[in-house]
Amino acid sequence: MYIATNTHILVAEFDYVEPTTLEEVFWHLSEHGPQARLIAGGTDLLVQMKMERKNPACLISLARVLELQGMTSNSGLTVGATASIRSLARSEPIGRHYTALAEACNAFSTIPIMVMATLGGNLCNASPAADTAPPLLAFDASVALVSRAGQRVVPLEDFFLGPGQTALRHDEVLRSVHLAESVRGAGSAFVKVARVAADISQVCAAVRVVRDGDHVIDCRIALGAVAPTPVRAHRAEAFLTGQRPDRGRVDDAARIAGEDTKPITDVRATQEYRRHASRVIVRDALTTAWLRAGGRELK
Amino acid sequence: MKPRVIHLTVNGEQREVSVSPNDLLLNVIREQEHLTGTKYGCGIGECGGCTVHIDGQPMLSCLVLAVAVDGRAIVTIEGLARNRQLDPVQEAFLDHSAVQCGFCTPGMIMMSRALLNENPRPTEHEVREFLRGCLCRCTGYVSIVRAVLAAAERGAGGEERS
Repeated sequence: MYIATNTHILVAEFDYVEPTTLEEVFWHLSEHGPQARLIAGGTDLLVQMKMERKNPACLISLARVLELQGMTSNSGLTVGATASIRSLARSEPIGRHYTALAEACNAFSTIPIMVMATLGGNLCNASPAADTAPPLLAFDASVALVSRAGQRVVPLEDFFLGPGQTALRHDEVLRSVHLAESVRGAGSAFVKVARVAADISQVCAAVRVVRDGDHVIDCRIALGAVAPTPVRAHRAEAFLTGQRPDRGRVDDAARIAGEDTKPITDVRATQEYRRHASRVIVRDALTTAWLRAGGRELK
Repeated sequence: MKPRVIHLTVNGEQREVSVSPNDLLLNVIREQEHLTGTKYGCGIGECGGCTVHIDGQPMLSCLVLAVAVDGRAIVTIEGLARNRQLDPVQEAFLDHSAVQCGFCTPGMIMMSRALLNENPRPTEHEVREFLRGCLCRCTGYVSIVRAVLAAAERGAGGEERS
């Protein structure tokens, strides 16, 4: 499927700069114009450059920009854009309060890729199959986009515009990702179907439910690799919210989520398989999330 | 695209090398440092053959720009043995015949070493999960997993030098 390019070397020639502050990043972005690209972990961009699909004149590395690093709790959790996928997979607070995100990060490609790849990179690459996107959608995440003009906060749902397309303007940098505060009675789960463990998703789904007694009082269902962008299943969420879940209702919600997908057929799976598998994994994720929220076994 | 001088620690030795922005760490290791244990397999991050440790973390040298590792410590497969003593993981690979054609072996051993550094007593499942990015077309993985578990049993965990 790949055109026979030489992946032994990088054929393209380019400049490389390594700013240490956001102010320097903005300066380089305006200096080098649209021919410049930001690079974080490089696990997507360098592959695309080796394949000669992208040919930037200048790479602006974000690796040493302190303002993009770290993780802070502040009515929720704010994760710096260059946090590695592995650091999220191993984070104790993420494992406890944002379980679906921890599961997605642990299912992410291979260990060295997890070490190198960053959360911001996974989002800005905007693959419809990005593993971190569905759990972040389930946690009502927003992204902080900064430029010289200041900062704007965009809900993640509005950030993805299409495959490889985001709301990020050329003069902007994705600074951090904010996850909504975890609430009492919440439970979440991520389920991924892939050809082999290290491959990207054929489909993946993340679910968060909030339980009060025997009722679902809030619910998020998000899917990856079933549409041009990662998507929420709004109709299925509405169907389940306020309900007392049983196996039949969860099946129905999963069926609605599956019906609302718009998958394509590609080398990894057919449209039919993706739609069917969506339904199955949404059902499984809902069931697991409900139990994690402390809900009773579904009858 | 001017070459620039970077400073690295390679297997404990200070090195100064001249690299261009498009030089990959893998090629600097193999062609400038003449350390050919680290392998070029797929070149796109899918096989694990080029795995090295950078500041103690396993990374794919085919997807790392050499300019980006200025000032950092690299350990390659050649850096695991000390005073002509093989690393216990290397010994275990020999004992369990976990090597057939040998092409994946450096990557497998660097990943196994990284695993035991952070988790000295992994379960079989944890070994398989950690090594999932290393492809072997000969052994079927059974002997490799056995070797890593045996190395762990012999207390091979613990920090390597950097």
